Amino acid sequence: MGGGARAVNPQTTAERLGHNRFVLDEAESHIEIDQEVCRRTGTGKRLVAVCPAGVYSELEDGTILAEYAACLECGTCLAVASPGALRWHYPRGGFGVGFREG
Amino acid sequence: MTEQAAGEPDFDVIVVGAGPAGSVTATLLARQGLSVVLVERGDTPGAKNLSGGVLYGRVLDEVFPGFVDQAPVERRITRHVTTFLTADSSVAIDYAGGPLAAPVNAVTVLRARFDPWLAERAEEAGAFLMPGVRVDSLLTEPGPGASPRVVGVRAGDDELRARVVVAADGVNSFLARSIGLRPKPPEHHLAVGVKAVVGLPRRVIEDRFGVTGDEGAAHAIVGDCTLGIGGGAFLYTNTESLSIGVVLRLDDLVRSGRTAVEVFEHCLAHPGLAPYLRDGEVLEYGSHLVAEGGLGMVGQVVGDGLVVVGEAAGLTINSGLTVRGMDLAIGSAVAAARGVGEAVAAGDTSATGLAAYRRHLDESFVMQDLRTYAKAPAFLERGRMYGAYGELAAGLFHDVFSLDGSPRRHLAATAWRAVRRSPVTIGQLMSDGWAGVRAL
Ligand SMILES: Cc1cc2nc3c(=O)[nH]c(=O)nc-3n(C[C@H](O)[C@H](O)[C@H](O)COP(=O)(O)OP(=O)(O)OC[C@H]3O[C@@H](n4cnc5c(N)ncnc54)[C@H](O)[C@@H]3O)c2cc1C
Ligand code: SF4
Repeated sequence: MGGGARAVNPQTTAERLGHNRFVLDEAESHIEIDQEVCRRTGTGKRLVAVCPAGVYSELEDGTILAEYAACLECGTCLAVASPGALRWHYPRGGFGVGFREG
Repeated sequence: MTEQAAGEPDFDVIVVGAGPAGSVTATLLARQGLSVVLVERGDTPGAKNLSGGVLYGRVLDEVFPGFVDQAPVERRITRHVTTFLTADSSVAIDYAGGPLAAPVNAVTVLRARFDPWLAERAEEAGAFLMPGVRVDSLLTEPGPGASPRVVGVRAGDDELRARVVVAADGVNSFLARSIGLRPKPPEHHLAVGVKAVVGLPRRVIEDRFGVTGDEGAAHAIVGDCTLGIGGGAFLYTNTESLSIGVVLRLDDLVRSGRTAVEVFEHCLAHPGLAPYLRDGEVLEYGSHLVAEGGLGMVGQVVGDGLVVVGEAAGLTINSGLTVRGMDLAIGSAVAAARGVGEAVAAGDTSATGLAAYRRHLDESFVMQDLRTYAKAPAFLERGRMYGAYGELAAGLFHDVFSLDGSPRRHLAATAWRAVRRSPVTIGQLMSDGWAGVRAL
């Protein structure tokens, strides 16, 4: 079988997300992290690993950042978070990702 | 408002969530003449929803006869291909045939197009659709039972009251969880689905997948496409696009030390899949959780003033090769509409009155199929399913097809040779084979 170059374009998560429609809620983030609990429970690394949108990143000092604008609203991060490490809810009605295909 | 006026219900029923479960429940309750409001957080129904896309249509056809000719469906599946992948080879079982086409057994759908059609049917039946509204919490009062009695919902500053609330809010099931009716599922009962819709011209799709007209193919793939993580991949044909994605069991993904993005990109580039996708353009990228617990995840579906339908009630079947949730969501909607209708008519919408829903659900194909597949989740947790068997199948076919000049052996002998060289032991093979026969 032939391998080689990637079959579909674009190839990075950020570029793929660029094709989606998002309505950004400028007023409030639907993701809140408790850095202390995150660090103590190792939740941060799990968030970075499971999020398909690359919303989470870890700074050198272990602080976890959340780029909530790119969220696909799956809830996977909440499912792997230790109790108290993450507050996550759906964005307010009408905001967030808006699938055109689905 | 006076105390009394505040307590009066605004509607007979509030349905939260305009996915298949919610829209069908709302349709059937409105057809009974009840006043129904259907609340959806997306600015249009379907805007938040994503699935692999193969809808087994029989039950929906009972609600909307002939829906395949009216609804925005993509292709009629006439070809089911099951592929076992290793890093550099693939073995496929291709089931194609007329019996799949007439009557239509399964169709592909894209939810952002399909769900609005379903919600329109609910409106047509008389339900009142409220899109762009997120329900924040359930309105409750102290009830007769251990958990509170649900009397309505709160959305922002607004309160809506009803005799019954139907939680059709999908896999995260926040509403039922908020009153302790359902627990947060453990990680091995959830999988994350990561999907892209890849645009390709019609003709290219038909040539690559061996279909014509409105026929379509559904490929289920296990093995190296998920780098051995429990789950699998799917590749389904739409009219002018492909749905490609991976479903990864959360406990296994976390344990693997890999990222979901890494596994998805590995799958897209896999030599066993890349030829189907070549030159495609990603039109959209999305993700969604899937309930994987099967029968063991169903639990409580009725409370005082509340019923839980669809994936919010954990109603999915993952047989390893197919994910079914939409048809079960619709099946539960049919049972809920009957049960809620009876409870409202009898004037008893307590958990006791609403238990009629549970009885109808238990008698329906939904619970029968869940019972049939009850052992599937535990069987699929056997890690060998996702790596070693691909190698076994590839080894067998290598021996059959590579004519290297050595004398041909009988197939059975060839098969044993492949087993001995594969990472699977004969004991494991027999144990998995037997467990698989009983589970699937
Ligand atoms: C990757 C993947 C592949 C799949 N493949 C298949 C397949 O091929 N075939 C199949 O049959 N099934 C498949 N499924 C499963 C299927 O998608 C689900 O089981 C099905 O969508 C469940 O329907 P539902 O109506 O219960 O929930 P959903 O379709 O999730 O609908 C829930 C609705 O509630 C709304 N909502 C949620 N919370 C609120 C709130 N607080 N306020 C207002 N609205 C709210 C949501 O916006 C949504 O519209 C797949 C799932 C995934 C993730
Ligand atoms: S909900 Fe999904 S997409 Fe959004 S941050 Fe969590 S894991 Fe990432």
